[in-house]
Amino acid sequence: MAETSGDLRFEGITKKFGDFVAVDDLDLTVPQGSFFALLGPSGCGKTTSLRMAAGLEEPTAGRVLIGETDITGLRPYKRPVNTVFQSYALFPHLTIFDNVAFGLRRRGVQDFKKKTQDMLELVQLDGYAARKPTQLSGGQQQRVALARALVNEPGVLLLDEPLGALDLKLRRQMQIELKRIQTDVGITFVHVTHDQEEAMTMADTIAVMNHGVIEQMGTPAELYENPRTTFVANFLGQSNLIMATVTGRSGDSLVVDCEGQTIEVEASRSHVESGRAWLGVRPEKLTAVPTGREDHAGANVLTGGKVSDVSFVGVSTQYLVAMPWGEELMVFQQNTGQHTPLGHGDTVDLVWSPGHAFLLDAKQDAHAGMMTPEDDE
Amino acid sequence: MTSTAGVPPVAPEPVVDGETSRRRGWGWLLLVPGMLWLAVFFLFPTVQLVFTSLYDPSGSYETGYAMTWHFGNYADAVRDNFTLFVRSFMYAGIATVICLSLGYPLAYAIAFKAGRWKNFMLVLVIAPFFTSFLLRTLSWRTILSDQGPVTSFLQTIAVLPDDGRLLATPVAVIAGLVYNFMPFMTLPLYASLDKVDYRLIEAAGDLYSSPLTGFRRVTFPLSLPGVVSGTLLTFIPACGDYINAELLGTPKQYMVGNRIQAAFLTEHNYPLAASLSIILMAVVVLMVVFYVRRAGTEELV
Ligand SMILES: Nc1ncnc2c1ncn2[C@@H]1O[C@H](COP(=O)(O)OP(=O)(O)OP(=O)(O)O)[C@@H](O)[C@H]1O
Ligand SMILES: [Mg+2]
Repeated sequence: MAETSGDLRFEGITKKFGDFVAVDDLDLTVPQGSFFALLGPSGCGKTTSLRMAAGLEEPTAGRVLIGETDITGLRPYKRPVNTVFQSYALFPHLTIFDNVAFGLRRRGVQDFKKKTQDMLELVQLDGYAARKPTQLSGGQQQRVALARALVNEPGVLLLDEPLGALDLKLRRQMQIELKRIQTDVGITFVHVTHDQEEAMTMADTIAVMNHGVIEQMGTPAELYENPRTTFVANFLGQSNLIMATVTGRSGDSLVVDCEGQTIEVEASRSHVESGRAWLGVRPEKLTAVPTGREDHAGANVLTGGKVSDVSFVGVSTQYLVAMPWGEELMVFQQNTGQHTPLGHGDTVDLVWSPGHAFLLDAKQDAHAGMMTPEDDE
Repeated sequence: MTSTAGVPPVAPEPVVDGETSRRRGWGWLLLVPGMLWLAVFFLFPTVQLVFTSLYDPSGSYETGYAMTWHFGNYADAVRDNFTLFVRSFMYAGIATVICLSLGYPLAYAIAFKAGRWKNFMLVLVIAPFFTSFLLRTLSWRTILSDQGPVTSFLQTIAVLPDDGRLLATPVAVIAGLVYNFMPFMTLPLYASLDKVDYRLIEAAGDLYSSPLTGFRRVTFPLSLPGVVSGTLLTFIPACGDYINAELLGTPKQYMVGNRIQAAFLTEHNYPLAASLSIILMAVVVLMVVFYVRRAGTEELV
């Protein structure tokens, strides 16, 4: 058996299926004991990456390491890694108990009975030990798959959308449970999901993957507040992207011309130096103020907006503001009573603090990573 | 739905039958043709056979047989042909074991390793059926003949003594049985191995099973229905076979089938032939019931 602990590392991992590149020159370090989320749209190579960590798929190029041990050529059963499969892959001829005890038995763990029983209790399936997998609901099967992998307390646990089939309530419950287990046992979790909320609430680190490459990696707050690509800006939450031109520098900020109005963006949040760029602002960072009402010293202002849509969603009100250049921007305003309610057709200025915008490469697609509400589940 | 990207596949819900009433309707009518067929071509002949087995044995083809409920026929049949029965079950058993040990790796290879050659290999398994059973068995006489290549090769490597032979020995008869029943073993094995989800084998590997353990704990148990049906499809007809013993053996290798054939067609001793048949059938059924119970497959597909 290989070294059971240490960081999980991918070095220049490429996986091709024929001519199709599923994973492209991936470099990745998952720190030991961390809760790592791999987030990305369907078909971006998440499962393929996990399979290479588990040893079920051989990389076309590159190395997989745990700690300092190269496990690239190691057979799956010799890796200190367990997987919760996207398809569950429960053994249909074995009872739930035997499914969960499978790994422990293979390793000759003495008190496998107690461990299995405890694990079944943890996933709330202790009454189902004698059943066969086909006699369980989809969500119950998913919990068995989770229990079967978790009970082995591996160095690295790979979870391929382990909560996909659960209803919202059970899902929240299991998210908390998973997070608790992970903190308790301190094993490394690599959690694949395409639910951005799940990734943000659970993970210490998120890697956003798209077309076989990692677009950006960081803490949930980093990714949300300072996305590097339009894909990340759209895939995690929502963003307003406005075409702008960098005109100069003032102290720690870049000066940007945005449809004739001058805006400042902090240099640390700018991912272009000069020329054309996407100016990005999250909708909740914008404040819509009736034109000429206030003095906006030190803040960025875009004038000439006109409210084109108002929707009240309880905690906040969502506005669409049509700008003079034809673009509609989203503004989410908390209903704290501090903002003047706006009506359809009101002319407004949009105000935000310079620390809240970001500047992205203009060559990227402004619609990359956008999701329709259905996709967001 | 405007876009499908990112939507997780929704597992189809198993359809729960809420309309049991419809099931009780006229569905049984579909069974009628099959039932009629069975009644005419199975039930009636079987009853006829049972009656025949109880005819007075002192009758003859010329004088006819009287129905005397002569149960003694059975005792006589067993007493006079005991070794034939034992030999039949032994030959059939050995042939089944050899078929299983040759057929399993073959079926496994076709199901998991053949890739795009899968269909071609399956055709090869069935290919012998394109030629007559009789012809193929006859050609084994040439293959196993005293001057044939197999015999001389075995003599050269001293597995067989210089005056040893294959033809007209139990080896030849069993070899013929194995050859002739191989497809009946391989095809059900293939069918159940092909159904085994490869991802389960991967899961076993992920859960610390070496390939061998994974096979023992996952692949093999999942292929049990194929093992059971393959062995039954081989063992049952092999027990009653007489062609292989007839063509590749001598009277010393004769099986019950040969005796039944002779009693029916040559000696016209119908009561004896019928009692032998009934006994063979009863023993085989008992063995099968016992075996299926032991194998413990409720889901015999
Ligand atoms: N065995 C294979 N042969 C050929 N192409 C494959 C194979 N496995 C995966 N692919 C392709 O590689 C790409 C990545 O697949 P992968 O299963 O890793 O996606 P994913 O990110 O897990 O998606 P999802 O969220 O839908 O599960 C897909 O375009 C898929 O079609
Ligand atoms: Mg996947």
